[in-house]
Amino acid sequence: MPETLVDPDNIDYSDIEANYQIHYDEGFDKTIIVDGVPIIDKSKEERLLAKIAKEFTKKGVPIKPENISLQWDSKSGKSKGFVFVDFRTVDDANLALATLHDHPFDAKHTFKLNKFTDIEKYANMDETYVEPKEEEYTHREHLRAWLADPQGRDQYVTYRGEEVNIHWHGKPSQCEVAHKPDWKDFLYVAWSPLGTYIATLHRQGVRLWSGPSWKPQQRFAHPFVKLIDFSPCENYLVTWSNEPIVVPEGAVQGPQYFSPEDEGNNIAVWDIKSGHLLRTFSTSNETDVQATKKHMPWPMLKWSPDDKFVARVTPGQMINVYELPSMYLQGKKSLKIEGVFDFEWCPLGDKDKEDVETESKAIPNGTGSRVAKKAKENMLVYWTPEVANQPARVTLLSFPSRTILRQKNLFNVTECKLFWQNQGDFLCVKVDRHTKTKKSIFCNLEIFRMREKDFPVEVIELKDSVMDFSWEPKGERFAIISSSDPNIGNPGPGITIKTDVSFYQLDHSKNDFKPLRTLPTRTTNAIRWSPRGRHAVLATVGSSSKSELEFWDLDFHSEDVGRKDGQKDDWNSSLQLLGTADHYGVTDVEWDPSGRYLATSASAWQHTLENGYAIWDFRGQELTKQLQDRFKQFIWRPRPRSLLAKEQQKQIRKNLREYSRKFDEEDATEESNVSAELLALRKRLVDEWNAWRTLRKKECSDEHVQKGNRQAHGTEEKEEIEVWVDEVIEQTEEEIVIE
Amino acid sequence: MRPILLQGHERSLTQIKFNLEGDLLFSCSKDHIINVWFAHNGERLGTYDGHNGSVWTVDVDYETKYLVSGSADNELRLWSVQTGKCLYTWEFPTAVKRVAFNEEGNQVVCITEQRMGFQCAIRVFQINREEGSKQSKEPLYMFNPIGSKATVCAFTPKPNVIVTGHESGKVALFNVKTGEEIASNERAHGDVVTDLQLSKDWTYCITSSKDKSARIHDTKDLMVIKTFTTETPLNSAALAPNKPYVLLGGGQEAMSVTTTSLRQGKFETRFWHKVFEEEVGRVKGHFGPINTIAVHPAGISYASGGEDGFVRVHHFDDSYFKAKPYGELEPAD
Repeated sequence: MPETLVDPDNIDYSDIEANYQIHYDEGFDKTIIVDGVPIIDKSKEERLLAKIAKEFTKKGVPIKPENISLQWDSKSGKSKGFVFVDFRTVDDANLALATLHDHPFDAKHTFKLNKFTDIEKYANMDETYVEPKEEEYTHREHLRAWLADPQGRDQYVTYRGEEVNIHWHGKPSQCEVAHKPDWKDFLYVAWSPLGTYIATLHRQGVRLWSGPSWKPQQRFAHPFVKLIDFSPCENYLVTWSNEPIVVPEGAVQGPQYFSPEDEGNNIAVWDIKSGHLLRTFSTSNETDVQATKKHMPWPMLKWSPDDKFVARVTPGQMINVYELPSMYLQGKKSLKIEGVFDFEWCPLGDKDKEDVETESKAIPNGTGSRVAKKAKENMLVYWTPEVANQPARVTLLSFPSRTILRQKNLFNVTECKLFWQNQGDFLCVKVDRHTKTKKSIFCNLEIFRMREKDFPVEVIELKDSVMDFSWEPKGERFAIISSSDPNIGNPGPGITIKTDVSFYQLDHSKNDFKPLRTLPTRTTNAIRWSPRGRHAVLATVGSSSKSELEFWDLDFHSEDVGRKDGQKDDWNSSLQLLGTADHYGVTDVEWDPSGRYLATSASAWQHTLENGYAIWDFRGQELTKQLQDRFKQFIWRPRPRSLLAKEQQKQIRKNLREYSRKFDEEDATEESNVSAELLALRKRLVDEWNAWRTLRKKECSDEHVQKGNRQAHGTEEKEEIEVWVDEVIEQTEEEIVIE
Repeated sequence: MRPILLQGHERSLTQIKFNLEGDLLFSCSKDHIINVWFAHNGERLGTYDGHNGSVWTVDVDYETKYLVSGSADNELRLWSVQTGKCLYTWEFPTAVKRVAFNEEGNQVVCITEQRMGFQCAIRVFQINREEGSKQSKEPLYMFNPIGSKATVCAFTPKPNVIVTGHESGKVALFNVKTGEEIASNERAHGDVVTDLQLSKDWTYCITSSKDKSARIHDTKDLMVIKTFTTETPLNSAALAPNKPYVLLGGGQEAMSVTTTSLRQGKFETRFWHKVFEEEVGRVKGHFGPINTIAVHPAGISYASGGEDGFVRVHHFDDSYFKAKPYGELEPAD
């Protein structure tokens, strides 16, 4: 296990402290040497001093002649041409320095002002040139070293009480604590989206840790930070604090610190690699106070998937898109959209990302640019509600060209929610619609097919209101939770809302989405798709009475290979419930990045009943369960996208049997090792126990021999008891009349 | 096999006991009644009526001839098992909390409560086995244990030596003739000792306590052999003959049960491995704390009595006897 190189007891904030430290005045700071004073003899001293004092006072720095000390040349009896001036405060001295330096005293004389301390400093300076020492090259750790784990294990972090642990998760024998940091006084921890960094939120700001030794990597001095958000490619970080930024006087300035212009703002955008502050924003001014109090959307700044732009909506008015890394408004103007409510960037699929990569690789060469396919432009979708005679509208926009790709008008709209499939293949707009009387609400799903020409839209009309919607990652299916429960609007204690869960799939023959199956009357309120698709878990979270987990497989009958083609005939037969489980008081459900394991946790932030976490496999078998009071957080470490090309992945899948044989062997040897150890321990325990028993038994039998009788009733013969049970099944009375 | 639910009590169970043959099961409860059941099918054989207070404790001798019971009406009664008649009654100033026969069935030890100015007392009575109704009124021996009051007791294989569990968590050995404390383990438990049951040959015993743990002690020198630490206060602990398991029962205090949900209460019978000190399984069923557990002397079934007023008799399935979760390692009984 890598050892901590940081002194764990106090994370070193000395540089931050040094920057914000207030410098106290030392005695000589108030003294200034004024050169260029006329040379006089004794008789004129009084007049000269009065004149100098007047000159200073005129410029706004009042001094008295007593504070000026004139220096005399004892040989000539004349003054030396410079004076020392003592000011009351350092501020006065600084002001004098600013206003009276190079001040013409008279036609011949010009004041030259210097700080007394400066003279000393420069006089003592070593004049010989010293070559700056070349800093020794220190090898930086590989920040993604955990991916090279020979056993291919994933990591997760747990936060309990004041204690953070980073664990390896693998086979039971391979689960171990990877690192036990001694971070103190922080709100919570968060992984960056590709898992490179882990962030801790302290009172002073955010810290990032990474590498095999978990060294501090970067810090962002945003005091009282409460929320953070990483950009998708881990280049930038957004921090938010409910307390506006205050820059204390004398605070050190620099690219990594807030400047006075940032005062009063809440949001800051940082460059992760350099640690520089890029820009700050205010949240409080633009939206009225009540609205922010009610619900603050987070993330407030939405990143385009390639980290090129970050955008922010001002509800009802516009979307501001900023370019990175300059953080200037793109095109120097915002997207003015009357009534805009919300927007989302279109995510990039794996293929799009490859395109982006080839393009960025091609540009430096200069030659390949024509060959490489032009990467797709960013897209974003926004919606505007109904205003007067204008219908509600969902608009698809490409950016930065700002061309409208597709628009759809909607009527009787209460609210819209935008859901992108994670590859950007589909967009679902969940439209809550009301009837003419506005008494009841129902739901439409407007599904945009992004990979087809003109972005065709399909509408699925539902009678119930839909509580949750979730796309299968990398897939063509989605699941919804709908409910017609009258309690839906007013969740109260003890009320569990009855819900229906439905799965839909794209039918290739008709090219539309068809329901696979509806599972009626559940209490499910959360759908968690495996990040690799295929598996989904339906969970009831945050309820005090129900806490069910259902593990579903959507390709139960088909092997991975033959999924695309075939079995259109048996439409929903491959949907299979693999298992059910129960984790009392579950508040969070999360798949591991490989989609093989599921973690459920009951966080003390929500309630204090049976806090802890459990890890399940995809079939719903419990692998481990830890009940820990004051348990707060469980997060899997995310993984970046695989570096293997599609063909390589296919190759691996094809030769899976080869690989698995190797792993099986490993498993077997390991199992025998572990069990040998355990067996030895058990053997020892049993031997100890048996030794003690034989001793006591011997003593006992000795006594019995002496006394005789007792053993008699110890050995009873076994007696078989047979019980006959007569049961009267039916009784009929017949009267037979004999004539 | 499906458990047999014995519904013969109207209030919470206080103690249940199998006789040595294992064909009968005696149960006593706060509803003043002592019941006797056929252990194999749960049919009620009869009752022993007469007590006018909660019956805290029962014990049956090795021949299943006599039954003794102690009750909150300050009486110790001797019953004929066969006829159900009360043969003799002793009266004390305070309630009887625990009774136990010795191996020969000719002595009974009883603990009376410390209350109303009376000290906790341990008395030993000589039992006339020939004529049950002719007993001596005066105890053979009597003494007051000094310090924390005794809550449970049992005879040991040594004549005139008893092992006791105390309110403070102490476990001690007393010579009943002299009242002398032979040995003691003041820190055996951190809280009141709730049950004490002997192994088949009486050479070791298991105690349970409100401190959430149970322990196996050597009855000769009180050495702690094994410790089983659970997450709930324990009311009873029993040893499973022929199998290396101990059975622990308990659950949240009855008074705080209403404030928590069923699953929080932890009202399950827990099976622990006697030697490895690992939990191996749980049996659900009661919807209140388990007050008392008894295992069939042949180890083929067990019964648990709960605060909910039910006795549940579980006959072990074949798999219980066949399974070898720890391989060929078979510790001696």
